[in-house]
This record gives sequence, structure tokens and C-alpha cells, in this order.
Amino acid sequence: MDKAERQNWFSQLINTYGLPRLIITGFLLFLFIMAPITGSDLPTQFTNVFNRFSWNAVLVLAMVPMIHSGCGLNFGIPLGVLAGLLGGTLAIEMGFTGPMSFVVAILMATPFAILFGGGYGALLNRIKGGEMMVATYVGFSAVSFMCIMWLMIPYKNPSIVMAYTGVGLRNVFALDKFYANVLSDFLKIDLNPIGINLVIPTGSLLFIALLAVGIWAFFHTKTGTAMTAVGSNPAFARASGINVDRVRMLSVILSTWLGAVGVLVYQQGFGFAQLYTAPYNLTMPAVAAILIGGASVNKASIGNVIIGTILFQGLVTMTPTVITALIHTDVSEVIRIIVSNGMVVYALTRKTEGAK
Amino acid sequence: MRGIKKDFFGNQVLTDINFTLGAGQVLGLCGENGAGKSTLMKILFGMDVIRETGGYSGDIFINGEKAAFNTPFDALAAGIGMVHQEFSLIPGFTATENILLNREPQKKNVISEVFGERLNTLDYKEMDRRAAAAIEKMGVEIDAKMVISSMPVGHKQFTEIARELSKDQLKLLILDEPTAVLTEKEAEALLDSIRGMAARGISVIFITHRLHEILAVCDQVVVMRDGHVVRDVPAGQTSVDDITRWMVGRDVQTSAAPTEAKEENASANVVMSIKHLWVDMPGETVRDVSLDVREGEILGIGGLAGQGKLGIPNGVMGLYEAGGTVEFDGREIPLNSPRKCLDASLAFVSEDRREVGLLLDESLEWNVAFPAMQIQNKFLKNLLGGLVKWRDEKAIHKVTQKYVDQLQIKCTSTAQKAKELSGGNQQKICLAKAFALEPKFLFVSEPTRGIDVGAKALVLNALRQFNRESGVTVVMISSELEELRQTCDRIAIISGGRVAGIRPATDSSEEFGALMVSQVI
Repeated sequence: MDKAERQNWFSQLINTYGLPRLIITGFLLFLFIMAPITGSDLPTQFTNVFNRFSWNAVLVLAMVPMIHSGCGLNFGIPLGVLAGLLGGTLAIEMGFTGPMSFVVAILMATPFAILFGGGYGALLNRIKGGEMMVATYVGFSAVSFMCIMWLMIPYKNPSIVMAYTGVGLRNVFALDKFYANVLSDFLKIDLNPIGINLVIPTGSLLFIALLAVGIWAFFHTKTGTAMTAVGSNPAFARASGINVDRVRMLSVILSTWLGAVGVLVYQQGFGFAQLYTAPYNLTMPAVAAILIGGASVNKASIGNVIIGTILFQGLVTMTPTVITALIHTDVSEVIRIIVSNGMVVYALTRKTEGAK
Repeated sequence: MRGIKKDFFGNQVLTDINFTLGAGQVLGLCGENGAGKSTLMKILFGMDVIRETGGYSGDIFINGEKAAFNTPFDALAAGIGMVHQEFSLIPGFTATENILLNREPQKKNVISEVFGERLNTLDYKEMDRRAAAAIEKMGVEIDAKMVISSMPVGHKQFTEIARELSKDQLKLLILDEPTAVLTEKEAEALLDSIRGMAARGISVIFITHRLHEILAVCDQVVVMRDGHVVRDVPAGQTSVDDITRWMVGRDVQTSAAPTEAKEENASANVVMSIKHLWVDMPGETVRDVSLDVREGEILGIGGLAGQGKLGIPNGVMGLYEAGGTVEFDGREIPLNSPRKCLDASLAFVSEDRREVGLLLDESLEWNVAFPAMQIQNKFLKNLLGGLVKWRDEKAIHKVTQKYVDQLQIKCTSTAQKAKELSGGNQQKICLAKAFALEPKFLFVSEPTRGIDVGAKALVLNALRQFNRESGVTVVMISSELEELRQTCDRIAIISGGRVAGIRPATDSSEEFGALMVSQVI
């Protein structure tokens, strides 16, 4: 390979894979190589990455329908998260425990997701072109509103209400009795007995695969095709007899529902439910993850979701151990913020481009 | 101007333009769409597009001196003013502020003494005086204190002209279709003011489609066609008829009659009947169109730009708000609903290829198959007892390949993205999309806009073939009369948002030309 050829090969790699994704992949590889050198256990690191991936993947998947229909990145994902939280808390309030509580939580969250998504979609249909800006504030205000509601709704179950007064929900509560690890314990592969610190949450991964295949299949149907066309060129879709507003609304509802399921999956892996302002903190990582995965503001695929979540969550879990061991200062949080926000800025400035 | 030549990427649009204009004279410039009028004026005004596309050849002399303008600022400094077709005014400012924008007389104040002259205050008294003077020069009454956004269209136009007149050094004023948006009375006033300006020694180049205005106000008429000056005569020695003939009559003797025009068959079934259609399409307003389309024919719709010919298909197909009644095959078609039209086996190839016609970022397969898939459930596999409608990629590939072969679309594969194709091939994709719907009735709007001669012939042949072989009724809308005459059986001319007349395509160009300008507003 002579120099020109190498250059050509490299620029082609950048074109198809995307420069930021290349840098982050390189950095992640560097971290994996450095991990044993700095004395941390590689299998433990892998376990962490698998876990974080299984918590977050569905939330990242919730970006896909709205990107496809041209509504941009779903900065309003807190709305879906709130629907999920309502479903989860109501399932617990109704006295369900164990795996059953997870199923009921999803069932209870669904009507809220449809309701919230419907309203949110109707709003986004009125402000075409400014979706992402408005979505951000929809998320903010909905979370604030629910902060009041968590106190107002007369929950009674003693394991989730405030310990002293008995009125209003707690900030954080454990889900051990309810749906913690219901997915990740299913068919779990645990290599600890043979001396390797590797645990694979098979159930969670299967659940994610199920949803991902569902979404992939949806985009191969007539309605899914229409959704992609609406995102690609609304005028074309309208001239082809598509009701653009209805398709966009459907995509928003789908995204919101996935957000609701996503937060329940997150909680079952994490083992705790966080209320009040916690939903804020789920937006940026999800947005950044799908962008790192190579999606753009108007094109996204399931592959983008999986690659992006692994890269982003890999970064988040690896940096604390490796970098802290290297420079003896905790900069992991700083790196996480720079990467996630930097990624969002990068993507928004190059609106049309996206890697395959 | 002497020997002006200009080509856009090898596409010659102006050849050897020569004319002279004396001080205080009014020159009327007319010609069909695409004759090169606007390009010529852009050269004269030093617009950026000209330089970006490779400049021009030939010389422009002003007061005997050779002039070459690189930017509009040079042209302004040399005393050339231009009023464009589109307004360039700030809606929230008053007429005075707009007239003197960035040339305001200024007063010094304490702050500007310290921080420099960018902070000078505006001298409103002096501004009012100058604006009033400019308006007076024009000889029309407009309120200098009124905010632009609350003015009627005509007054906006006058404000633009006043802005040019307020420049002291103004020697030549170019008016690009200034009367297109004016009512008859306002146009009258404008013509008066043009005469007034000429009397003050300002030369005017006046571009318009309303030929009687040219005769009323101009000293000299220049007629352009296909980038040539075909006539340059004093206005006194000509008439509307003459000008019309010069405008449209390209090779009147040799103009090929339609190769295979069908026998005029008045008894053929009326397949679509449009009654009192109005369409609110910006720039292409349709006012009151009644039209019968016969089964199996190719009907051409022609007319000058902005007269409403494009509004007809867009209105019938529900893309712009419309009213009136449209009957197809004996049943009334609801307007303002693209879906209902498509369900009734109508199809439309939009003039706006890139915005409406194509999914630029998607593959050719998607582009061709999408409407047929959505409207007629073609190219779908029913899974789970029809519950899931799965995209049938194989069928989509097959149909796309069929049209790629049939229409000779040049592409690397059917999976190529539509944006990577050339204009002509994109147009063929648009046709393939409509053909895939297998419609009974097809609207084709400006099918040859922006594509080269070879591709044009192919597209027109494909249309004609589609019509003759599948018996599909085609309505073709085009700005190019010759193209219509070669392709269509009958041609309807739209003028002023109304049907000016319907003639068999074998009629002479002059007659169509006369219809085109008959009701221009």
C-alpha cells in the first residue's frame, strides 16, 4: 500500500465510519488495553459494560422512530420516562411483586405513553422545523410538573411512600421485592464459580433483541416505510397521499412508549427507581449514544443504536477505573459530560450527514 | 451593450446581444420565459451568479466608457439601479426608512464623538425630505410614514422604485416586471412615473409581459428569443401582434407539426371535467378555470410564467388549497385531499422535482415503488393473515429495474440514491413513479424543466408512448410552447388565471402567442 492509497483508504474509512466514532472507538480500545496494565480486572470491566448496555439500550432505541419520521432527536424522552415511572409505581401500588410487577408496569405505562405521546406529537406537528428545541423544554416542564404529582397522587404502599409522613413518593426506592433483575437473572451466565468475574445478563439482552427486531420489522412494513418517507421528504409523502401529521404522531407515540419501557428496563437492571428530577439525566446519554452510533438527525438504524450504546456506555464505565488509576484524579465525570454534550453539538452542526 | 455572450456550463443562453439606449429613453425588453432577459439584466447589474458561473464575454459601454461590474455595488456606483421582481424591503420599517436604508443622512452626537461614526444618530428631518423628494420624482402619492407590511402591493413596488430614484447618481433604472403585481390603475400610475423619469433624463429598461404597456411607454422595443435579439425597433413602428409573433415565432416556416397528432375527435368521452376551479398557489394563482379533458388524449396546458398554469394540477391533486368542482369518470373528486385523487387513479408528476417529486436520500427502488405501495398496496407481502404488510423487496427491485430499462435511466444500480442522478434521469424516475401507479389519468407538470435536449426528447417520447400504448389520458403542463405543439393533441392556454383558449396543436405559434398575453394581469 503506497502513501496515496493509504490516504485514500483512510479517508474512505472516515467517510463511512465517521470521524468522531473512529476517535471514540480508538479511545475505548485504548482503555481496554490499558485496563490490565493499570491493574483492573478485564472480565469485571466487560461485565460492567454488558450491564450498562442492557440498562440503556432500550432508551437509546426510543430515539429511532422519531428520527425516522423527521421529528429529530427525541429530547422529550423524559415524557416517556415519566409514563414508565407512573406504570412502575402504579404496579407496585397495586401490590404486584416479582416478575409480575414488571409485566403490569409495562401494561400500566402503555396508556400513559399513548396519552403523553399523543399530546406531545400534536404539539410537535404544530412546530415543524423546531422540534428538538421545543422537545427539550417539553421534557423539562413535564418533569417539573410530575415533581408536584409525585407528592399529590395518593400512593399508599409503605415501601415506596415517604417514611415519616406517609404522603408522597420517596426520591429513590429499592426494587428488590418488585422487578429488580427480573430480566437480567433470566438465563444468566455467571462465570464466577470458575474464577472469572464475568456475568452476562442474558435475559435483558434477549429482551432488547426482541424490541430491536420488532422495530426493525416495523420499518419493513407499509406503515414503517411511510414513516421513513415522511422523515426523508414530507412534501413527497404528502403528494403520495400520506397523512404526514398522523404518521409523525404515530412515531412520537412509539418513541414515547419505548422510553417508558426503556426506563423500566433501566430500573430492573439498576435495582432502584429514581423519581423527581432523575428523568432529566437520562436524555443526554441516550441522545449522545445514538449519535456516537453513527445516526444523524434524520437517519438512524438499529445498528447505530447497538454500536452507539456499547461505545458510550463503555466509555462511561471504563474511564473511572482506568483513567483514575492512570492520573490519580477522578476525571471520569468530566469526560462523560464532554463526550455526551460534545457529541450532541457535533451532530446538530452537521444536520444531514450520517454514517451507515 | 455589444456582443454580449453568456453560457451556463456550456449551455448557451445569450448569443451576440447588441443594443444601445440613449439618455432619457425608455427601452422595452420582452421575450418568452427563458429567452434570456433576466440573465442579460443580471450581467448588466453585475450580479454574483454571473461571475460564479464563469462570467460573460462582450462589452458594456456606459457614456462611451467600457464598464465591467464585478458586484452590484459597482453597478450602483455607476448609476444603475434595479428593481427586482421580488420585493427586497424590510416589512417592519416605514417607506422612508426603506428608501434610505444604509444611506441615511446622519448627525453627530456625544456618544458618536467618542466611539466613532457608527453611533451617529439618524437625521430624520433630512430623511423625510429626501424620501419625499424621491417619491415626488416618481409622481405617485404614497405615504412615506407608513410601515411596509401594512402597504398594498402596489405601494411596496413604488417604494422600491423610490429607493432607486433617491440615489442622486442614478442614470439607468432597470425594472424587472414591475407591473406583474399591480392592479391596472397602479400600473397606469407606474407608467406615468416612468415617463416622468425619462423626462428627467433617466434611462429606463422596462421588462414586462404586458405588451400594450411597452407600446404605451417605450421609445424603443427589443424582442429577445432563445438568447438572441430578434428585433430592435422604435416602439412607434410596431404593434402587439408584431411583438407576439417575434416572441414566439421560432422558425415559423419550419416548425414541425405534431408528428402523429390524432384526428380531432370532438365526440370522444370527456374523462375529466374541471369547473370554476380556483387554486391558491403562491405565484401561480388560478382564478376561474373550466376545462374538459377527453379520454385518451394528450392535452397541453401552456402560458406565461405566473399566469396559473402550474396551479391547475397542483390544485386538482390537492397540494394547494383549491375550490370549484372536478369530475373524473363521472364522479366528483374531493379537492384538497391528495389521497382521494390518487385513489381515483389519478397521478401527478410535480414540476418541483427535488422538493415534491423525489426522496433524494433514498434509493431509486423506494422512489419508484413508494406511492404504488402506499396507495394500492402493491409490492407488499401479507404476513400473519394480512395483519402485517411486509415490504416485498424483490418485487420492488423488479419493477424498478423494468422502468430503468424501459426509460433508459442511467444509474449504477437500482439501489443508488436519487440525489446522485442527473436532472434528466431524476425526471425519468418521477415518470417511472407515476407509471408504477398505473394511473388512468396523468398530470405531468414541466416535465422538461432544467434537463438537456437529448433527455427532453426521451422524456417526451416516453410520455407519448405511455399515452398511445396504455390509453392513459395525459395532461401536460409546460412553459415551452414548441414542446407542447410537438407532443399534444390540443393545447389550452392559461392567461391571468383563466383559460384564454383551447386550440388544436396544429394551429400556428402566433395564435398561441396572442392567447398567452390576452388576459395577462
